[in-house]
Amino acid sequence: MPSMSLFLSQLFNGLATGLLLALISTGLTIIYGTLGVVNFAHGALFVVGAYAGYTAYSLTDSFMLAIAAGALTSLVVGLIIERGLMRMYYGRPPEDQILVTFGIGIILVEIVRSIYGGVSLSVSTPEWGQGIAHIGSLIYPLYRLQALGFAAATLLILYYLLYRTSLGLIVRAGIEDSQMVNVLGINVKRTFLLVFGIGAMAAGYAGVIDSPIVTLAPDMGNRILVDSFVVVVIGGVGSFPGAIIGGIIAGEILSLTSMFNPAYSDVMLFIVMALVLIFRPQGLMGQEGRE
Amino acid sequence: MSSHNPSSTAAGAAPLASSNTVRGASPSAARGAPPNTFVRRQLPELVVGLCLLAAPFVLPQLGMSADLLTRILIWGLFGLGFDLLFGYTGLLSFGQAAFYGTGGFVTAYLLTSGIVPHMLLALLIGTVVAAAAGLVIGYLTLRRTGIYFAMSTLAFGEMFYFLENSAFKSYTGGENGIAGVPPPEIALGFVTINISSGWPMYWFVAIFFFLGYVVARRIVKSPFGAVLKAIRGNPRRAMALGHAIQNYKLTVFVIAAAYGGLAGGLLGVFQAYMPPDAFALDTSAQLVIQTVMGGAGTLLGPLFGATIWLYLYEGLQQISNIGAYWKLILGIVFVVLVTVFRHGVAGGVLDFVKRRRKTSKEVDLEANSDIMAQLDIVPPIDGHASGAPVLEARGITKQYGGLTAVSDVSFSLSEGEIRGVIGPNGAGKSTFFAMLAGELATTRGQVFFRGQDITGIGVTAVCQMGMSKSYQINQLFESLTVRQNTMIPVLARSRGKYRVDMLRGLHHAAGLDEQVNAAIELVGLTHQADTLVSELPYGEKRRLEIGLALATGANVLLFDEPLAGLGPEERVHVVALLKSIRKGRSMVIVEHDMDAMFELAERITVLYEGRKLAEGTPDEIRMNPAVQAAYLGGMDEHEPA
Repeated sequence: MPSMSLFLSQLFNGLATGLLLALISTGLTIIYGTLGVVNFAHGALFVVGAYAGYTAYSLTDSFMLAIAAGALTSLVVGLIIERGLMRMYYGRPPEDQILVTFGIGIILVEIVRSIYGGVSLSVSTPEWGQGIAHIGSLIYPLYRLQALGFAAATLLILYYLLYRTSLGLIVRAGIEDSQMVNVLGINVKRTFLLVFGIGAMAAGYAGVIDSPIVTLAPDMGNRILVDSFVVVVIGGVGSFPGAIIGGIIAGEILSLTSMFNPAYSDVMLFIVMALVLIFRPQGLMGQEGRE
Repeated sequence: MSSHNPSSTAAGAAPLASSNTVRGASPSAARGAPPNTFVRRQLPELVVGLCLLAAPFVLPQLGMSADLLTRILIWGLFGLGFDLLFGYTGLLSFGQAAFYGTGGFVTAYLLTSGIVPHMLLALLIGTVVAAAAGLVIGYLTLRRTGIYFAMSTLAFGEMFYFLENSAFKSYTGGENGIAGVPPPEIALGFVTINISSGWPMYWFVAIFFFLGYVVARRIVKSPFGAVLKAIRGNPRRAMALGHAIQNYKLTVFVIAAAYGGLAGGLLGVFQAYMPPDAFALDTSAQLVIQTVMGGAGTLLGPLFGATIWLYLYEGLQQISNIGAYWKLILGIVFVVLVTVFRHGVAGGVLDFVKRRRKTSKEVDLEANSDIMAQLDIVPPIDGHASGAPVLEARGITKQYGGLTAVSDVSFSLSEGEIRGVIGPNGAGKSTFFAMLAGELATTRGQVFFRGQDITGIGVTAVCQMGMSKSYQINQLFESLTVRQNTMIPVLARSRGKYRVDMLRGLHHAAGLDEQVNAAIELVGLTHQADTLVSELPYGEKRRLEIGLALATGANVLLFDEPLAGLGPEERVHVVALLKSIRKGRSMVIVEHDMDAMFELAERITVLYEGRKLAEGTPDEIRMNPAVQAAYLGGMDEHEPA
């Protein structure tokens, strides 16, 4: 049996991974909830953010600027996608929307590949994040703790945006009934643009935060896309609390099962998703009847 | 409308006297299926076969090697199954790599380990295992539709990738894959055929592709295939017309998995190596992209798409400075194609051919025969006491959270009766109706159909028992013709809610054409039989909506605002139609048009705020002060008429 301290440390690890996944999935889920579009380019936006952050970091040596650069780049790319293409797709069947976002994802990743090459890059931990944190008896890498803090803080900001502002009210009303919101004279187009941008930004921002923990490669977005899909299927597509709960569950599964058999931790994730699909197909926090 | 001749005395289910002359050939000519009919029906198979034969002599001129052509055929075979799933049934899966990899690795493992030395047997086992995997994944992912389905198939596809690398590593070689798959060797007992790489391998794979194509086309042309297209067009209506669509979806998912498994097995044999990235997300993605580029819903689209993809790849590699960007170029081409050119290459060709055909006024001769046949009605269930109500609701209630939409309504319809249900907007009519039809579960109370409790058995089972509903908002199969639309309910009656007759030709279905023609004639759409529904004027769509319910052969019919949105002239036609079909059928009609209602209905039930306010003959209802108050706003709610 693993020791208590290892268990605690893994529990913590799971939380860190989980909140990051929650952040990425939140982007996916608010876009779906408001626009009704599943953004298959979400993983690619994560990659775009991570690489933009990498460039800014190596130019300025400031990780904070890197975070800003990554978030802004993915925001701008998101806005361009919405304005340039997605707008034409709102009236088309979901399959078309999936296909076009998937195609956009390929283009983004290939642009990254053509700029940075296919080799993997590593991002060093910022100076203020090096070292080890002591939490009681628990010893933990400082940056991971900070990453957890970043993710949690951003989720709180998003929560505030969604539940305490008028934009959030519109977005949540849009999730319930976007046609009605439109009828009420609210400029849905502008809201859509903003939401797509924020969703894209969440992915890119998470990409930068994650970059010192993982190695960068143009293909890393695939894994992110898959994981965020698992998270929203578990949590319920379109549900903000669902994305957070799903993210934490997924993070803990990955982390805790790897104590016993690392090879199976990924597979466990899918088994949990299968169980959710069998017993609660709409997701833990999803509403019945929403497809 | 010319064919519809309203006559209030027209009795029974017999089609109204038609001013239309019977077009087309005599029935005997159609049934006899002369040889040229066979050729016409099998033309695509013949063309594909000839192209496969000619390819080795023509395509190398364009710089295509035997290996490239073989690879294209493997992708094309993989794509045949996927096109049945996506192009025909509308299920966009992003996890097909799971089955491609499963089939490939099982076959490669069996051959390299020596457990099954026989090549064809190993391929067969690989295909069967892939199909079994498809059954499990399909069962899970098909619990949700649309985007959920796309997302969960993608995720499960990735799960197989992890499994290959972890749980099954000792069998699959993990990241190394399985090398040294022996070349095909087919022992026929008396002679052993060795197949070397190059053109012999092309022929070997081409045979599989051709067989795969013939089977896929038979599926498309079968009654089973007709139901798949209905599911793609309007899954909810397909279900309401009596098809257990979940079974069909799962079946086609398994078929697609089997195609993937076979293609994967051939890949390992062809390359003498089974690569782990057969399981990768990129493999599923490549399949989707190729299918869309080539044209979904055409069977050959994926093959064209694979040709474009692989040819482009090889071509761009030749050009220095560009080779590295080939996938970027491909991505851009893909996005442009999806945005502006919806039907891909094969779709474009088909559209062109269809346009040519239309101008040449080709009419489907055999299908237009036997117009004068009668539309059958499902015989009432045995053991039903005469005089007992055909449809009965006992205290049915529907609550949505705190809101009670329908509260404790009891209702009883006797044999042959036409009952009207009226009530102001928001009275709960539609909810009440949906509960009667089995579309909506009751919170409390029960529904009986000819004495049998049908509460909660679902709309498909209810339809199979002999009750059907037409909708307030048209629920048609827009991309199919009137004839193809009408076929869907007729097939549900003749085949039951689910049947695996995928290799049977639609033209062999006994009595199908007669019943379809009778239903079309009954609603006066004979002149539009081969028109796409999306091109029909609204009034005719409305009649087809009724026609679909009739064509189920139901003996109890529920009409939800059959006159909704119709002009005065069309209203007269539809009212006459409803009157004319009453023999052998009992009906419940929800309608706002009071004049029509008082003309049609023998008794009227009034719903108000979810409760039954009154019930009686039209005259009684007219005189009822509570009803007057409800409609004139004497109670607490104002309702615009």
